[in-house]
Amino acid sequence: MSVILEIDHVTKRFGGLIAVNEVSFLLEEGEILGLIGPNGAGKTTLFNCINGVYAPEEGRILFRGHDITGKPPYAVARMGIARAHQVVRPLNELSVLDNVTVGACYGRENLSLGEGRRVAEEVLEFVGLAEKRDVLAGKLNVAEKKRLEMARALAARPYLLLLDEVLAGLNPAEVASMLNVIRAIREQGITILMIEHLMHAVMNVSDRIVVLDYGKKIAEGSPKEVANDPKVIEAYLGDPELALSLLEEGK
Amino acid sequence: MRWLRDPSFWVSVLIVALAGAWPLVTGSASGREDMSLILMFVILASSLNIVLGYTGYVNFGHIVFFGLGGYIGFYLISQMGWHLIPAAIAGAIVTALFAAVLGAIILRLRGAYFALATIGVNEAVRALIVNWDALGGAVGMTMNFKRYQAYGGPMNALWVAYGLMIVVALLSVITSYGVRTSKFGLGLLAIREDEDAALVLGIAAPKAKTIAFVLSAIFPALAGALFFFKNGNIEPGDAFRLHMSVEGIVMIMLGGYGTVLGPIVGAATYERLRGYLLTSPIFKDLQLAFAGVLLLLIIIFVPSGLVGWLRNRFPKVRRVLA
Repeated sequence: MSVILEIDHVTKRFGGLIAVNEVSFLLEEGEILGLIGPNGAGKTTLFNCINGVYAPEEGRILFRGHDITGKPPYAVARMGIARAHQVVRPLNELSVLDNVTVGACYGRENLSLGEGRRVAEEVLEFVGLAEKRDVLAGKLNVAEKKRLEMARALAARPYLLLLDEVLAGLNPAEVASMLNVIRAIREQGITILMIEHLMHAVMNVSDRIVVLDYGKKIAEGSPKEVANDPKVIEAYLGDPELALSLLEEGK
Repeated sequence: MRWLRDPSFWVSVLIVALAGAWPLVTGSASGREDMSLILMFVILASSLNIVLGYTGYVNFGHIVFFGLGGYIGFYLISQMGWHLIPAAIAGAIVTALFAAVLGAIILRLRGAYFALATIGVNEAVRALIVNWDALGGAVGMTMNFKRYQAYGGPMNALWVAYGLMIVVALLSVITSYGVRTSKFGLGLLAIREDEDAALVLGIAAPKAKTIAFVLSAIFPALAGALFFFKNGNIEPGDAFRLHMSVEGIVMIMLGGYGTVLGPIVGAATYERLRGYLLTSPIFKDLQLAFAGVLLLLIIIFVPSGLVGWLRNRFPKVRRVLA
């Protein structure tokens, strides 16, 4: 196993607010790493630093041995990092197929339009959107838009996929089928870094978990280790003693 | 070639080619003048559509390229004694370079800020030319009639300029089609829909936008050189007429933004309408007010324009109407 992504003491500030504070962790090739934390913990900001939307003030980000800190998002995308957004961003007036073709044409493999179309069709089949290929993206429902967001990222044939709450807002059946898609992506050898609030899902699918709170990394380990870490419980529930007593009462 | 097997390519190209050829067949001078204006509008609208319709940047200063190309071409012909064709091409090259530098700067702005900046640029260039004595200042320049001898006399020169106008119109429509159906064009459409998402998808938006801006500058520059050569004189007020840019936007919205055929249909329809309004005693001075009301009505009721509406309403026509 080799390291595909190295986050090295990354700090991002907005004025006086430190959104990401000296966060470091490694991501191994082929694993699924869950990134969790309460609202406002800096998870999405960290994603924005990784794929170049923001340049971090301090620290370095290495992707496959190359320093990508502060590179523009399109350059990062070309190197093989694709992203599915938390708030879906379909290209509304374009068809579903065209949306995914954009991902394929401008992704890591820099395909021609014709090749990109073919890859897009394969990927639409894979995520189960094939019959919607000619529909305008703006006309899809939320679950379909989430799949489209995923398809577009996948069509880029990335080495690393950043998934930002792709399960949020889905019903249990949709969550289950999306989790199958995520597992199938891993089978293809794509490394996944995912932000997720849905605990049972992220605990279930991740190999390892990193927990952020107020911009700082407070825990890292297997899902089980993290779930029993008092600091994590505190971050989610406030006072650890109160949390423990609540848990006791629950039993 | 994929293009040559695409019916929608032929529909757009043949409409322009056949309409353009009609006055050549009839030999009618008034027909030629009408069609020359329509072709010029087709050039302005089709090229503006690359930035406005495909990339989603509203450019109120598109006419600055027409004026610059016109001035450079006119200067080279009237003062330096160049032939029309190299003069027009030189005007287009300088205008393209101007657009590249300008685009790299103002395309960083988005939405209303970009639109405002384009108005400023047009007015700034106009003010510069007004104060530039070598280019005739506020009075402008006039063509010495002797210059037309090289083209077989003034009457013949009008036909030469008209023939070239057809060529430039065809080139601008073919370019518009080429961009629309290319990977580059798909990237522009993605920028139009959501520029930040496009960046994350791997589209180098700053470069793509600048290339689109330069492409859109070349054809009005050529048209400007032809128009003012034909006109025989050039002055800042005619060359940098801000409301021509607005009329270009009306044509695109009328025909259908982001389509290849839309600006062609819009340009022809608007020219006919404008001709009627200018000559009708009731509406004579209200032509621009009418254009404004028309623009409002289109945006409220048929935002996708004529061609866009047909494409949405009858999906089968998409094969022929690009």
